[in-house]
Parts: sequence; structure tokens; C-alpha cells
Amino acid sequence: MSIHQHLPALQVVVPMLIAPLVILMRGRGLAWAMATATSVMAFIIAVSLTNAVVEAGSVSYAMGSWQAPYGIELRVTAFSALLLLIVTAASTITLLFGKQSIDSQIEQHRQPMFYAAWLLALAGLVGIVVAGDAFNIFVFMEVSSLASYILIAAGPNRQAMPSVFKYLVMGTIGATFYLIGVGLIYMMTGTLNLADMEVRLQEVHDLKPIVVAAGFITVGLALKAAVFPLHVWLPNSYTYAPHMVTAFFAACATKVSLFVLLRFEFLVFQPNLVDYAGQFTAFLIPLAVIGILFASGVALFETHLKRLLAYSSVAQVGYILLGASMATAAGLTAGIMHMFNHALAKGALFLAIACLATQVSNLRLNKLGGIARKMPWTMAAFVVGGLSLVGIPGTAGFISKWLLISAVLEKGTLGIFLVVAVLASSLMAVVYFWRIVEVAYFGDAPADGLTDGLTEGLTEQPVLQEAPKWMLFGTWFVALANIYYGLNPSLPLLLSSQAASNLLGQLP
Amino acid sequence: MELLGLYNYWAYVAILMIGFYAVIAKSNLIKKLIGLSIFQSAVFLLYITMDKVDGGTAPIIQAGVSDQIYSNPLPQVLILTAIVVGISTMALGLAIVVRIKESYGTIEEDQIHLLDQRK
Repeated sequence: MSIHQHLPALQVVVPMLIAPLVILMRGRGLAWAMATATSVMAFIIAVSLTNAVVEAGSVSYAMGSWQAPYGIELRVTAFSALLLLIVTAASTITLLFGKQSIDSQIEQHRQPMFYAAWLLALAGLVGIVVAGDAFNIFVFMEVSSLASYILIAAGPNRQAMPSVFKYLVMGTIGATFYLIGVGLIYMMTGTLNLADMEVRLQEVHDLKPIVVAAGFITVGLALKAAVFPLHVWLPNSYTYAPHMVTAFFAACATKVSLFVLLRFEFLVFQPNLVDYAGQFTAFLIPLAVIGILFASGVALFETHLKRLLAYSSVAQVGYILLGASMATAAGLTAGIMHMFNHALAKGALFLAIACLATQVSNLRLNKLGGIARKMPWTMAAFVVGGLSLVGIPGTAGFISKWLLISAVLEKGTLGIFLVVAVLASSLMAVVYFWRIVEVAYFGDAPADGLTDGLTEGLTEQPVLQEAPKWMLFGTWFVALANIYYGLNPSLPLLLSSQAASNLLGQLP
Repeated sequence: MELLGLYNYWAYVAILMIGFYAVIAKSNLIKKLIGLSIFQSAVFLLYITMDKVDGGTAPIIQAGVSDQIYSNPLPQVLILTAIVVGISTMALGLAIVVRIKESYGTIEEDQIHLLDQRK
């Protein structure tokens, strides 16, 4: 067997095994170098897996050569390949370009532990994506969640602690609900393998426990994915986490939970439960629409830059869900495509914020007057990310919004209302980005200086300058990727349309 | 009487709800964690209950015994993993509570909220 066949396992095993080694790296920058190298390796594995999937359709791997359904199966499909790319790329870019930001927020002696937790989070997230059975998904979900609590708690403000506590409680409830659902399905089918579950369910006569399981799994995963109204853990966690952690998680964490949710809904429940597709649509469309409008509305009035973007993330989860809840090929393609494009846009925005934060300690809007005159490159990258999020033609965000609107219009009269909601929320996005742009480009510097009172008593005001070149380079790399995938979306489009037909192919 | 016969499941639901109530209603962070732990333990009971086969014993194969009925070992193995996950979550949660106590001087949720507002 060549190494190529082991790639699905290596994808998880490499970061997981290197994580404990990273703790031992006490030298300056060694832990960072090792974590980054591992992340790059994970990205390379993800790319070659994607190539294999594009060629062969899907890749299956039997752990220890025990064949499914008795052994543990790892399965990489077009959908998981897309998410593997998002997760590993987000981790690699934030690590590679974010060293200065991490150095400034995490003390030197805590860094080895921080990077170890980072690699565990990475291993957990890719593990969820490649796992082919329901219980391994739970285990990897908890691995990634526990690691992400640690990463968020590393934030410099003390408010990070209560927000992590809230996240921990809600995340554990979500995971436990999921576990209950999996248990109920196991009771009725005697299997944990997702593909096998789907077949065995056809022989189950009393479907009541499965309906209950569907409820538990949907709610549990919706909690993890921050679907409105279960999003309350997200804004504070993203606000007080270290900037690079926010950039990493904003790009991929909620999407991985949505991935599991969609796989369960479309592969396990919809083919086997009568009327389930209708219930799924009727349940999720209102949540998606209210979530989009509510979160955009809150973002309109939010003054803290990171929390504003966190609320915008909640709205974007709504878009993905709206596309998926159409339960049509076009809708699913749009939703899955939006996962990719939102990761690009939010990644660029949060990286730009990390650049800002190297110079400005307070990220409230009223402290950022005229910042674009001092940091033109950072703010320009921020604007590109913003345009992509709003969905201006020529950026990645436009592609998925266009797909979403055309998918929604297939729904007739209801579709028109939904289009109005999508457009209204895009307009709100324009407004909240304009507020930032207005302050940054046309505002006056605040009277007490940009450094938030730190200069009091000092004769010399610290000179504001552009962010470190290397971080700026990374930010622009992602910003330009937004434009590149806006003009040439063939790769994500190929993967997401294939993913959509895979998901729907199981429906009768 | 069939409903009463499922008393393990009733116990599971009751314990689940007791834990859930504590998580939602208590403002003391330690009590919240205790509630969370009870909540998770309820699920362990669900899994242990489902693996029981009528008349089955512990699934250990012995030489010379061939007509024995065994309980299903898989859920027990699964729940061992879930117990480990639960312990890690609890340890991490308690560590966070210690850090909260150090920086806020309290572990009451409403007081922490007040301290954050005042700033």
C-alpha cells in the first residue's frame, strides 16, 4: 500500500500526534514553526485528497483494515474535501502570517500549550469532516470543542473567561443532545456507520424513536453551528478570543457543524422519514430568515468591531442554512458554496482586524476615526473583505448570493419574500460596513488619541504606523483570493455542486 | 404496566431534566457545572440501558460455555469514551471557574455580569 491510500487517516493523525510534541518545544518560535509546518502538511494532504476526490468521486478508508460497517470508516466526499480545504487553509494562513499577532497576545511561556491546543482543534475539525460514523463524529467534535475553549480562553481580556464558560456549557449541551440522538438511532438500527444507517433504517418499522433522534440531532448540531436563536455563545467568544483564533474559527468552526447537520438531514433522515423534507424546510426557513435579519440588525448598532463581525457571522450561517433548507440541488449548491466564500470573506476581515489590533488597542468604532489614513493597506484589505461579504459583483460573495437568490426564486411566491429578506440583509450589511468605512476614512482622530488613554501623562504619543508587512501580506493574500474566486469560481463550484448531488442523490 | 417496565428510561429522562434545570436556573458557576455533569450522566444511563439483553450476562467469552446470552458490549465501550469526554469537559470547566474567581473575585453569574457592565 502506498502512502497515498492512507491520506484520509494521516489527515487526522498528523496534527493529533504532533500536538503533544509541540508542548515540548520550549525554544523561541520553535513551537510556532512546528505547528505551522504541521498545518502546511495537513493542507497538502487536503489538496491531494481533493484531487483524488475530483478524480474518483469519493475516497473510503477502513481503519486498521476492519471493513465497514464493523470497522471504523473514514470517508472523503466532494463535500468533505471542500471543508477540508477550508479548515486546513484557514489554519495554515492564520498560523503562517499571524505569528506577530499571537506573540503580542500570548505570553512566551504559554505558547507551546497554545499551539498544541491549536493543532488539537485542527485535528478535531478535520476529524469531524473525514469520520464516516456517528460516534467518531461526536468524539472529534468534543476534541475540537475542548481545544477551542482553551484557545478562546487564551484571550487577553478577563471577559474571555465568562464567554468561554458560556460556550463550554452550551457546546456540551449541544454535543450531549447529539449523543442522545445517535443513541436512539443505534437502538433502532444497531449501527453507527452513516452509510449503513441509511440502509438499515429502511427495515425499521417503528420510526418514532428516529423522529425523536432527528429532533435531538438537529437541535444539538444547530447549537454547535450557532443557528439563530442558539447563537448566543458566539458573539462574545469571537470578540474576546485572540485575534488569530477568531480568524481561524470564524472561517471554519460553525461550518463543520453545519456539514454534519446537512449530512444527517439529507443522508439519514430525509430518505427514511415520511414528510421529513417538508418539516425540515418549514422548520429551518423561518429560523434562517429571522437569523439573517436579526443578526444583521444587531450588527447595525454594534460598536465593537469584532462583535459586529461576529453578529454578521450569525447572519451568514443563516444564508447557508437558507440555501440548504430549500432541499433542492440549486439551493444546496448555493449554501455549500457560501460556506467557502464566507470563509474567504470573514478570514480576510478578521485578519485585517488583527492587523489593526497590532497598532490600536481598542477596537471600538469611536476610537478608530481616521485610521485608514495611518493604515491604508490594512483598511483597503478590510474593504475588499467587506465588499465580498456584502456580495458586490467581482468578489466571491457575489457568486454565492447570486446562486442563493436564483435557488430561492424557484420557490415561487414564498421565494419572493425570501429574496426580499436576503436583499434587505445585504443592504444592512452595506450600512454596517459603510459605518466602519466612514469612520476609518473620513472620521477625525478621537481627542484622547487612538491608543485609548494610554498616552495620558506621556509627552510623546506613539506613532501609528502600518501593520507588520508579513501580516499585511497574508491579509492581502486572502483578500485577493476573494477576488480570484469571484472571477473564477470553478473549483468550489465543482465541489459544491457535486456535494449537493451527493446529498440529494439518496432521496427517492 | 408496560410503561412502568421501562423504568430505566423514565429515570434517564428525570435525571436529564434535573441536570438541565440546574444548568439553566442556577447562577453559581460551580452549580451549573454540577448540573452539566448530571445531564451528561443521564446519557450514560441511556446507553447502558439500551445494551441490556434479557437474560444476558457480561460479554466475556469463556472456554466451554457456548449457549450463553450476552449483553451488547458496544454501547458500554462507547459510553466509556463519552465518560472520558465528560471528565475532560468538567476539568476544563472547573479550571475556567478558577480563572474567573481569580480575575473577578466571584463565581456568581449575575455579579460577573454587573462587573462587566460597570467597566
